[in-house]
Amino acid sequence: MFSRAYKIIVTVPPVLWVAVFLLLPYLLMFCYSFWSVSPAQTIVHSWNIGNYKELLLKSVYWETLLRSMFIAARVTLFSLLLGYPLAYFLSFHAGPRKDLLYQLVIIPLWVSYLVRAYAWKTILGSDGVLNTLLQYAHLTNHPLDFLLYSPFAVVLTLTHIYTPFAFLPIYAALEHIPRNLVEASHDLGANPARTFWRVIFPLSIPGVVAGATFAFVLSLGDFLAPLLLGGPSGIMISNIVVSLFGAAYNWPLGAAISLGMLLIVVSLLFLSERLEKKWSFS
Amino acid sequence: MATLKDSLTAETANTQPAAGSPLLSIRNVAKSFGRNVVLRNISLDIAQGEFLTILGESGSGKTTLLRIIAGFENATSGEVWMGSEKLDQQPPYRRRVNTVFQHYALFPHLSVEQNVAYGLRVAGRPEKETAQRVAEALDKVKMTAHAKAKPSKISGGQQQRVALARALVNRPRLLLLDEPLSALDANLRRQMQVELKSLQREVGIAFVFVTHDQEEAMVMSDRIALLRSGELEQVATPREIYSRPATAYVAQFIGHTNLLKADVQAGRVRCGTLSWPTTLPDGSVQFSLRPEHIRLAGGPSAPGSVRIRAQVLHQAFHGATDLVRARTPDGIVLVVRTPGGVTVQDELDLEFSPADAIPVRASSERN
Repeated sequence: MFSRAYKIIVTVPPVLWVAVFLLLPYLLMFCYSFWSVSPAQTIVHSWNIGNYKELLLKSVYWETLLRSMFIAARVTLFSLLLGYPLAYFLSFHAGPRKDLLYQLVIIPLWVSYLVRAYAWKTILGSDGVLNTLLQYAHLTNHPLDFLLYSPFAVVLTLTHIYTPFAFLPIYAALEHIPRNLVEASHDLGANPARTFWRVIFPLSIPGVVAGATFAFVLSLGDFLAPLLLGGPSGIMISNIVVSLFGAAYNWPLGAAISLGMLLIVVSLLFLSERLEKKWSFS
Repeated sequence: MATLKDSLTAETANTQPAAGSPLLSIRNVAKSFGRNVVLRNISLDIAQGEFLTILGESGSGKTTLLRIIAGFENATSGEVWMGSEKLDQQPPYRRRVNTVFQHYALFPHLSVEQNVAYGLRVAGRPEKETAQRVAEALDKVKMTAHAKAKPSKISGGQQQRVALARALVNRPRLLLLDEPLSALDANLRRQMQVELKSLQREVGIAFVFVTHDQEEAMVMSDRIALLRSGELEQVATPREIYSRPATAYVAQFIGHTNLLKADVQAGRVRCGTLSWPTTLPDGSVQFSLRPEHIRLAGGPSAPGSVRIRAQVLHQAFHGATDLVRARTPDGIVLVVRTPGGVTVQDELDLEFSPADAIPVRASSERN
């Protein structure tokens, strides 16, 4: 149906792109994760599983990974708690203001991540907007220091940044629910609350799963928020990877952690796809 | 077709709702969306156990009227009463009315069985009673074999039956059906018309059925309410609406007819060269004359009948009869139902009896 030349023009660039910028780096990472570093700071190209052993045995990696997952889990929870009602309101009750409100949710995505992270720094710092305000109102007489450089600051910032990512798929799922199903439910005697739990929520589950996956996966791998706002207690696994590839110059160990993360993320995506399929009926 | 006399005597009684107070009473209901007036001053009573069809073209307001009864829309003015209960302020989930939606609106995440059980579960009926009533309802619509299937796995006709069972299982006092057969193909549609009608007789629940298909309305209804541009043109039995159309619009909308514009002067109707005696007062009048009431005049004409000579313009096969279009010397084109055997260019001698020419109100120019 299509000419040979056309097929080549259409298929070769994306395949090349994926090969050069995705498969090749992963292959390199895979190799690095089985190599090691000599005391003289050179990469030793002899195959061994020493890096993986170190990962499993040293508690600092485990603890950081668990902390990262815990932070990501909280971000996911708060993003859903904020994103779902917002999406529900927009989809079912916003009326003619729907498009405007939708744009208002999207606009923050156009603002640089860094700007938003720094904004939180300005708000939460000991001389920041929030502390100044609290002291001015005499609610406290010294700056609260748990606000910045803490897991709290990281969760807050990441929630702010990733809530639109949780919102979007939920909104799309809600928009796809035929409105006559809601009418049918009312018609059969279900009040709005029952209609929500029996019809609307079940049919929005694929969107919730997709939104939760976005929020969790994106915040699990985040390193800027913990770097800028996390302090020592808010370090996440990606910060360790960054330092291993940078100052510590231990690429093999960094590669091993990265592959471990990749494995976690891929299994999560696989699981979420299964869940979405199970709950989609179109 | 029974004779005119038959239809008048036999059916007039059914024009009024059955004895006792009506089940549902729509009083002076009007509805506008912004500046767009959709319904004007609708008053209509629905009797217990009646099959009433709201018939109208698209945009006539028939679905809006149904949605007002169900509670999905609020009337701009007027009232809806069910017995002594005023429904207007009641949300849909408090009305003892159920709806079969145009596209069925089955819950896609629930099985056929769970769909049918929905209303009973929401009402908090005991599980045992629910299971039994659901089984009966599925049996009634012959869907027991598909009880565990998801709606996406069954055909359109089957979804239709499930939607019906889901509504009827709640034993509503009134069932609303919004063009429920419009998505089905012609054969299945005819079959469902018969099934639906016999099911309605069996359960004895009043049905309000919305359709744009006049044939469907004729086949199924006890009464037809014909809606045009938001106003009721006529509410009557199918037979009466056919044989005694109130307006020119009704006469044209239901079946084929000839509309004759005529003048009445001193007890005689004059329409071109045609003329017959009448008791109508002087003025201009329109008459509806059904094609089957015009006969080929063979031999001596019946006393009092009006004779016309016309040339055949066009002839079309309609199964048992042919429909022939013929022009009289004054240029009036008549549609005539003949047993066949007529060809184009033939000169025909036609006749009709004046009693079959029904005076109708001219329909105002709306839309």
